[in-house]
Amino acid sequence: MNHQTATTITDNWEAVRAACLEVLPAHIIAFIENNRDMEHSEGQLIAALHMVQAHFGYLAQDTMHAVAQLAQIPLAKVTGVATFYHYFRLQPRGKHMISVCLGTACYVKGADKVAQRLMDELGIHFGETTRDGLFSLDSTRCLGTCGLAPVAMVDNQVYGPLTPTDVSVILAKYVKKEKGTAE
Amino acid sequence: MTKQSINLTIDGTPLQVPAGTTVMKAAERLGIHLPRLCYHPNLSLEGACRVCVVQVKGFNHFMTACSQEVWEGMAVQTNSPEIRQARRDIVELLLDNHPKDCQTCDRDGNCELQRLAYQLGVRERLFEGKKKEFATDESSKSVIRNPSKCILCGRCVRVCAEVQGVGNLSQHGRGFETVVGPANLCNMDDSVCIQCGQCVAVCPTAAFLEQDHTERVWQALAAEKKHVVVQVAPAIRATLGEIFGLPVGTPVTGKLVTALRRLGFDEVFDTNFGADLTIMEEATEFLSRVSKGENLPLLTSCSPGWVSFLEKFYPEMIRFTSTCKSPMQMTSALIKSYYAEKKGLDPKDIAVVAIMPCVAKKFEAGRPEHTMADGTPYTDAVLTTRELGWMIKSYGIDFNVLPDGEFDRPMGISSGAADIFGATGGVMEAALRTAAVKLTGEELGPLEFSEVRGVTGIKEATIKINGMEINIAVSNGLNNAKKLLEAIKSGEKNYHLVEIMACPGGCIMGGGQPYPQVYQDPMDPDISRARAKALYGIDAQKQLRRSHENPAIAHLYAEFLGEPNGEKAHQLLHTTYQARSPRGIR
Repeated sequence: MNHQTATTITDNWEAVRAACLEVLPAHIIAFIENNRDMEHSEGQLIAALHMVQAHFGYLAQDTMHAVAQLAQIPLAKVTGVATFYHYFRLQPRGKHMISVCLGTACYVKGADKVAQRLMDELGIHFGETTRDGLFSLDSTRCLGTCGLAPVAMVDNQVYGPLTPTDVSVILAKYVKKEKGTAE
Repeated sequence: MTKQSINLTIDGTPLQVPAGTTVMKAAERLGIHLPRLCYHPNLSLEGACRVCVVQVKGFNHFMTACSQEVWEGMAVQTNSPEIRQARRDIVELLLDNHPKDCQTCDRDGNCELQRLAYQLGVRERLFEGKKKEFATDESSKSVIRNPSKCILCGRCVRVCAEVQGVGNLSQHGRGFETVVGPANLCNMDDSVCIQCGQCVAVCPTAAFLEQDHTERVWQALAAEKKHVVVQVAPAIRATLGEIFGLPVGTPVTGKLVTALRRLGFDEVFDTNFGADLTIMEEATEFLSRVSKGENLPLLTSCSPGWVSFLEKFYPEMIRFTSTCKSPMQMTSALIKSYYAEKKGLDPKDIAVVAIMPCVAKKFEAGRPEHTMADGTPYTDAVLTTRELGWMIKSYGIDFNVLPDGEFDRPMGISSGAADIFGATGGVMEAALRTAAVKLTGEELGPLEFSEVRGVTGIKEATIKINGMEINIAVSNGLNNAKKLLEAIKSGEKNYHLVEIMACPGGCIMGGGQPYPQVYQDPMDPDISRARAKALYGIDAQKQLRRSHENPAIAHLYAEFLGEPNGEKAHQLLHTTYQARSPRGIR
């Protein structure tokens, strides 16, 4: 993480604000500033983080730092809240979102093996994004298609029933499509 | 108007307490100390650990005594087979994923979790839980963070935010993966940590510890060529006895000196000497600033936790801060110059060990500003009160039967003004004693300044000396310092002299002081009062009460340093500060 950015200067409020303006869009800055002098303003932290994630798709280090500075909430508290809630992402979303169902039906049909194969092939855990930015992996509970268990979703497409071997085939399809568009 | 009184019974004994009292506080009135882990009287309520549960007649669920307020006619049961079982279950579950390494743990014998397990009769472990395995963070020169031993009571998080105003620690993640650490779980050394060590002082287990310097001290003591010189901070003499079972507030200066000689130190000096010297330098600096009317208020610089806070949170206030080194660094610098010269020793052959109540002193000793021209540090090792206590026990010295010894000369001679440095307000009082004489020119100025004594977080007074009005303020606990600094910045307050100590109560309650004993809470103001009383007692019994009356100090200036704030004094006794990253959010 970068501690050396201008956002770390606390004795020059204008400089802090200017640095935050570079990182955060105006509507989020306005939201935090409008709340700052109110009672229990720290209670707006989650709402501010929601706005940041809605705007950027995830919570980056510099955006969390800017929120901390503007709201005058210690950074440790901000990152503590961000890591507590499952909803907040600390990495950008990949181009394709893979959700593996770990609901009861899928689980008894071997979803854990499917999930493990996905993690092995992609080299990431749940909540993470591959280095090339192509895939993000998440677990989910019942997708309502228990008849196809075990299932996974890639973007809006449901795949199932899956075996670990199917995983390689499906991933290869997306990678190939991606290469095709690139050429 | 007095608060309404509430009648209740605890274990069948009727009692009357003011409305708003918690069950835990009410039970204490009967001499019942309910078990507790997350609760601390000086911190906000967490209610997380549940070990203080009690039964209340008419309710079939247990209530947490720390948070439940009493009501009229309440009938509380603090002990029953069901409650004992519930408490035991809670502690067993905590132990199930706690490392089973009590015998090799630094907190063995001093651990609140261990004590609680014994108290509740946990004699066997039914489940083998999954253990937490987190890497230990030893990046900081002062504080070691070992989350594998953490039981998530949250005391460190609260003391850091609520008492110190630093907010460096927070719980990250959730469930079994929850871990306490700085923002983004970065290294402590890269965080806004100011090294005060209050997290170490309040931690019930060994999740936070000071960096251990005992091994390097044993090595120095064993090395034939090393001339090992030790210096002892004012606050140690009021607290070390607690480690050997003496009542809180027992002064042990004489035994302390003898114990250090038994350990094998070649020379036993007193940081008090450096404290007297600090007053000479700081009073001169203060009077010079007053006469020029610039950079006021003068902020004291003895507390390294406060200095770190200044550099990370209030760098714009650096120009107001005294350039005086802390008493420890003044003493070390003189040992490796003045004393070495006198003894005909090469400073390289001298090892300086400082016994400090403080964890931040370990960081201070390693600062590049505090090294000799060739890069060797003036202070080679810093031991906390706890580490010294352990070394004495480890050596096999029966502390309580030791005869009284006396500090070596010349750097063992000190005034009573130096002893009180260990309590909040002490530096201010010592400075005022000398400033009063310098300003009036009368040898018998005012001696005791009760305005600055006591454990209150912020003390203010206007002292009249020779027709001049000096506005002073004293704060302890950095959250209080924050309030003072903001008031100074906004122009709301106009002080001339401000004493700031990082720890709540001053050095006597430093991060390196003895752990609380059974039925004690860390940071308890009663402990603070008792320890301070010991220091004021030592001061009152001394012939020398003012720093400038110390003949060894006068001799030092005449023989070696020249004038206070003179060139040589500046070179050896003064330092510089710099804004540090990451900047804290205040």
